[in-house]
Amino acid sequence: MSVHGLSRSQQRSDRLARRRAVNRLMETLAWLSAALAVAVLGVVVWSVAARGAGALNLDLLTKPPVPFSLTPVKQGVANAFAGTIVIVGLATAMALPVGILVAIYVNEFARPAARSGITLALDVLNGVPAIVIGIFVFGLLVVGRGQSGLAGAFALACLMLPLVARSTMEVLSLVPSSLREASLALGVPRWRTTLSIVLPQTIGGVLTGTTLAVARIAGETAPLLFTSSIVGTQVSWDPHRALQTVPVAIFELSESPDPADHARAWAAALVLLVFILFASLGARWLATRSRRKLGAAR
Amino acid sequence: MTKEPEDVSTTIEPTVRVETRRQPMPPRERLERVFQIENLTASYGPKPAIRNVSLDVYKNLVTAIIGPSGCGKSTFIRCLNRMNDLIPHFRQTGTIRYHGQDILARDVDPVAVRRTIGMVFQRPNPFPKSIYDNVAWGLKVLGMRDDLDGRVERALTQAALWDEVKDRLKASALSLSGGQQQRLCIARAIAVEPDVVLMDEPASALDPIATQAIEQLMHDLKRSYSIVIVTHNMQQAARVADMTAFFSISTGEEGERFGELVEYDATEKIFTAPADRRTEDYVTGRFG
Ligand SMILES: Nc1ncnc2c1ncn2[C@@H]1O[C@H](COP(=O)(O)OP(=O)(O)OP(=O)(O)O)[C@@H](O)[C@H]1O
Ligand SMILES: [Mg+2]
Repeated sequence: MSVHGLSRSQQRSDRLARRRAVNRLMETLAWLSAALAVAVLGVVVWSVAARGAGALNLDLLTKPPVPFSLTPVKQGVANAFAGTIVIVGLATAMALPVGILVAIYVNEFARPAARSGITLALDVLNGVPAIVIGIFVFGLLVVGRGQSGLAGAFALACLMLPLVARSTMEVLSLVPSSLREASLALGVPRWRTTLSIVLPQTIGGVLTGTTLAVARIAGETAPLLFTSSIVGTQVSWDPHRALQTVPVAIFELSESPDPADHARAWAAALVLLVFILFASLGARWLATRSRRKLGAAR
Repeated sequence: MTKEPEDVSTTIEPTVRVETRRQPMPPRERLERVFQIENLTASYGPKPAIRNVSLDVYKNLVTAIIGPSGCGKSTFIRCLNRMNDLIPHFRQTGTIRYHGQDILARDVDPVAVRRTIGMVFQRPNPFPKSIYDNVAWGLKVLGMRDDLDGRVERALTQAALWDEVKDRLKASALSLSGGQQQRLCIARAIAVEPDVVLMDEPASALDPIATQAIEQLMHDLKRSYSIVIVTHNMQQAARVADMTAFFSISTGEEGERFGELVEYDATEKIFTAPADRRTEDYVTGRFG
C-alpha cells in the first residue's frame, strides 16, 4: 500500500511539475508578446522623436511653408495644422450628433432585429478601408466640384461615425434599466426619459469615445489625398477650399528632395504623435472617471 | 433572505403593530372597481409567467398580493401600468379594464396609463440627482410647477422621510441609505398624485419604524387613492390590506411552471378561513 501510494503521489507531483512548466511557458510567452507590443510603440515614438526633435520649433507651428526660396528662410507647416484643426473639427461636428442619435435609436427604441442589423452595419462600416471611403467621397462630392475641406471632413466623419456610435451604445447599455423605469413609471415619455435621465449618465463615455475617434482620424491620410490635398502654401481656415492637413503634409514633405523638408516631416509627425498620445491618455482618464460615476448610480 | 424580514416582524410585532382602524368593508358589489382584470396571461418569450389571472381591484382599498418567490407577483403588478412593455419579447393577453377602459388595447398610450397609475419598485431606484430634485423633477416635467417646494415637502413628509432629509435636500439621493432611498422613491411616486399606487415590496428594505410609517402612509393614502401592494410579509398584508390575493406556482401538463391566482378574498377571510388548501398552507407557514 505504501509503495502504491508513493507511486501515485509521485505521478501526481510529476503532473503538477508539468502543469507548472506549461504555466510558466505560457506566462513567459504572454509577457514577451506584451513586451513586444510596448517595444513597437517605444521604437516608433523614439525614432520619430529622435529625428523630429531637431526641427521642432515654434516656426513649425506658426509659419507657412515657403516654396522655391534660394536663401534659407524660417518656414513651417502652419497651413497643415490649421487645416487639420478645421477638418477634424468639422468631421467631429458631423459625426458626433449623428453617432449619438444612431446609438440612442439602436439602444433605446429599436426592436431587437433592427438593433442587430444596425450594429452589424456599423461594424462593417468600421472595417471599410479608409481609402475606399476616400474614393466614395471623391465620387460623391469632389468630381465636378473640386476638392474642399468640407469633402475631407465628410470623409473623416464617415470613419468617425461607427466609432462614436459604438462607444455611445456601450455606455448607454451600462445605464441601469431601473433608472429608465423610475422615470417612465412617473408617466414621463420615453424621449424625455432618454434626454433627461439616460443621456446625462453617458456624457463621460461619449467624450471618451469621441476623443479616441478624433485621435484616430487626425492621422488619416488616404481619404484626404482624394478630397483635400491639392493646396496652396498659405494658411487658410476656409473649408470651402482644399486645406492642407498634417498627415498629407508629412506625406508630401517626405517626397521632397530637400533634407530640411524631411526634418520638418519628422517634426510634424512628432507633433501628431504627441497629440494622439495625449488624446488617448485623456480618453482613458475620462473613461475611468465616468465609469466610477456610473458605478455609483447603480 | 426572504424569510428573515418575516421572522423579525413576527418577534417584534407587538411593538410595531399599526392600529388597523380598518372600517368594516361595505359589501363588495357596492364598491367601485378600479381594475377589472380578466384572463390575464403574461409571458417572457414563450413561457408564461402568469396564466389566466382574473380579479377586481376596488377603489380606496389596499389590495395585497402575496405568494412564494417567482410566482409572478411582480409580473402581475407591472402589467397594471404597462411597465412590462419595455421588456423585449414580453407578451400579454387578456384584458385589464381600468375604470372600464381596456388599457392593453392597441390605441392606449402607455405614457398616459403610467401617468395615473404610479409605481414603487422592488429595488430602490432613485435618480442620480439631489434629494429635492428626485421628487421635483417629475413634478416639473409633468407641469405641476405651482408650489413646488410645498409639494416636495408634503410628499417627503407623507413618505416619512422629511425629518431626516430636510436639512440636506441638495445632497445626492445616492448618499441615502437603502431604506431612505426606498422612501424617497415612494415620495417621488406620490408627489405626482397618481390615481393608483402600485408598490412592489416597498418595505423589504425598511426597518420596523420606517415600515410602520409606510403602512400608516397606506392607510392615509387609501382615502384618496387605491393601492396595490406586493409583500412577502404576511403580518404586513394582514395589517394593511383590505383585500388579499394569493398567487402560487403551478405546474402545467408539460411540466412547465407558471404563476396563477389561487384565491382572492377579504384579508380576514384569507388569513382566518381560506377556501383553498394551498392558501392555508402558505399563510400558516406550512408552504414548501
Ligand atoms: N425580465 C424577465 N425576463 C424573463 N423572465 C422573467 C423576467 N422577469 C421575471 N421573469 C420570470 O417570471 C417569473 C415570475 O417572476 P416575478 O418577478 O414576477 O416573480 P415574483 O413573484 O415577483 O418573485 P419575488 O417574490 O422573488 O419578487 C419568474 O420565473 C421569473 O424568472
Ligand atoms: Mg417580485
